[in-house]
Amino acid sequence: MSEVSAHAAESRPGALPAWSLPKDAIDRIALPDDWPERVTREWAWGGSTGAGARVCILDSGVDPAHPQIGELEDAVVISVDENGKTVATIDTEGDLSGHGTACAGIVRGVAPDCSITSVRVLGPGYTGSGPVLLAGLRWAIEHGFDVINMSLSTTKKPFAGVLHELADSAYFKRTVLVASAHNMPVESYPWRFSSVISVGSHEDPDPLTFFYNPSPPVEFFGRGVNVEVAWLGGRLLTVSGNSFATPHLSGICALILAKHPELTPFQLKSVLYLTATNVGGGQ
Amino acid sequence: MTEPEKLRAAVASGVVGSEASFRALLGAIVEVARQIFGARASSILLLDPETEELVFEAVVGEGEEELLGVRFPAGKGIAGWVLATRTPLVIEDVQQDPRFATDVAEDTGYVPSGLMAAPLLHEERALGVLEVLDRPGDSLFSLQEMELLGLFAYQAAIAVDLLLRARTAEKLLDADGGELAVVSRLAAAVDGLEDEQRDAGLRLLNELARTLGSSSTTEF
Repeated sequence: MSEVSAHAAESRPGALPAWSLPKDAIDRIALPDDWPERVTREWAWGGSTGAGARVCILDSGVDPAHPQIGELEDAVVISVDENGKTVATIDTEGDLSGHGTACAGIVRGVAPDCSITSVRVLGPGYTGSGPVLLAGLRWAIEHGFDVINMSLSTTKKPFAGVLHELADSAYFKRTVLVASAHNMPVESYPWRFSSVISVGSHEDPDPLTFFYNPSPPVEFFGRGVNVEVAWLGGRLLTVSGNSFATPHLSGICALILAKHPELTPFQLKSVLYLTATNVGGGQ
Repeated sequence: MTEPEKLRAAVASGVVGSEASFRALLGAIVEVARQIFGARASSILLLDPETEELVFEAVVGEGEEELLGVRFPAGKGIAGWVLATRTPLVIEDVQQDPRFATDVAEDTGYVPSGLMAAPLLHEERALGVLEVLDRPGDSLFSLQEMELLGLFAYQAAIAVDLLLRARTAEKLLDADGGELAVVSRLAAAVDGLEDEQRDAGLRLLNELARTLGSSSTTEF
């Protein structure tokens, strides 16, 4: 496994990508020899608490004082400076709506020991600001998180192209983008892109129950109905919506990546498929 | 009448007086939403992009009197979040949110315990938010209700789009000195009459047109 991990590390960001596969290079892309005959939940995240996995919450900020959240790795806010450029600065305001705190609390509940960073892209003056959202996502991708939770979407077509490029760049840098799907008849992004993990809601109360959807574009359904979540002022609220199904899948991704950091987003998605409640995880 | 004049007259006849109809449509949507969900109140909030505020545009049930026209910053709170993220949200015990309780209570004295909110999306734009307050307390929220809320929001977004188009057209007409608007109002008024009254109105307008020297092609 250690030799395999070293090979895996070579293909991490910074290493030259392999554009072709000469005969004598096949060893270089050897897969872990402990890849099981059958992927089970026990193999995927048994014993994992998320320790070592880094999750980014792209939202309205996170209240670090909430007992369900605990310490944050980092908290930044994206804003537009006097020259019209987007900048990332340290965020001292916490959460302005409660939503980011709720998402962070759900991730923490599923993967208690993962690291959480807040990137605030919502707030006063930010109503639907595409540039701020894009800058926040770019910042998160550059900082190499394992998982980026996006319980939000944009309907603005001019941003779709850049968002698509960012989503693909995250995918190739081994950062998994987990995004809320839309249940309304409108075009919105980034959840529709195949390089992200898109999430809708199911009604089961178990946080680890999730379903694979064989009729995309929504790929997975996570717990999203009547969920008790952390809210502002140290309180708890019962909420529903795809926004809350998404961090459940983000938490599960954190559990898996903490145990198997070598997985690419493609492999992670395959593991999610194989361990989904309606595939192999329901037994 | 020149082509641009004809165009403006046509636009004017389509939008003048339509504000009331579209507002009535929004009112009907929130009323039906309230009835279907068995809720205590329902409202539509529109985004004013110039001031970045949300404005209560249609309200039924609790707070009906006090909330119409009330504005608050779009960047904060639950409705603001729903608008910015384009994502519907349901909160069962909103009273646990200290800010929400204070903000709304100050305006109405009514603090809902539960809230459903969905963005009003039309093409690329987020126009506002549909809210349904206090569904029956003994029923747990279900995904079926979420789908229904989405459908109402979709319908409301179309109505809001029509209302906003009509407002823009009215503004343009008024900026033109209001002359075309006057003509259109006359045409709309006559068009609203029935049978003999309508015939008499049309004869009067045609007589007026002849007296003012316009050609027979402009006959109403």
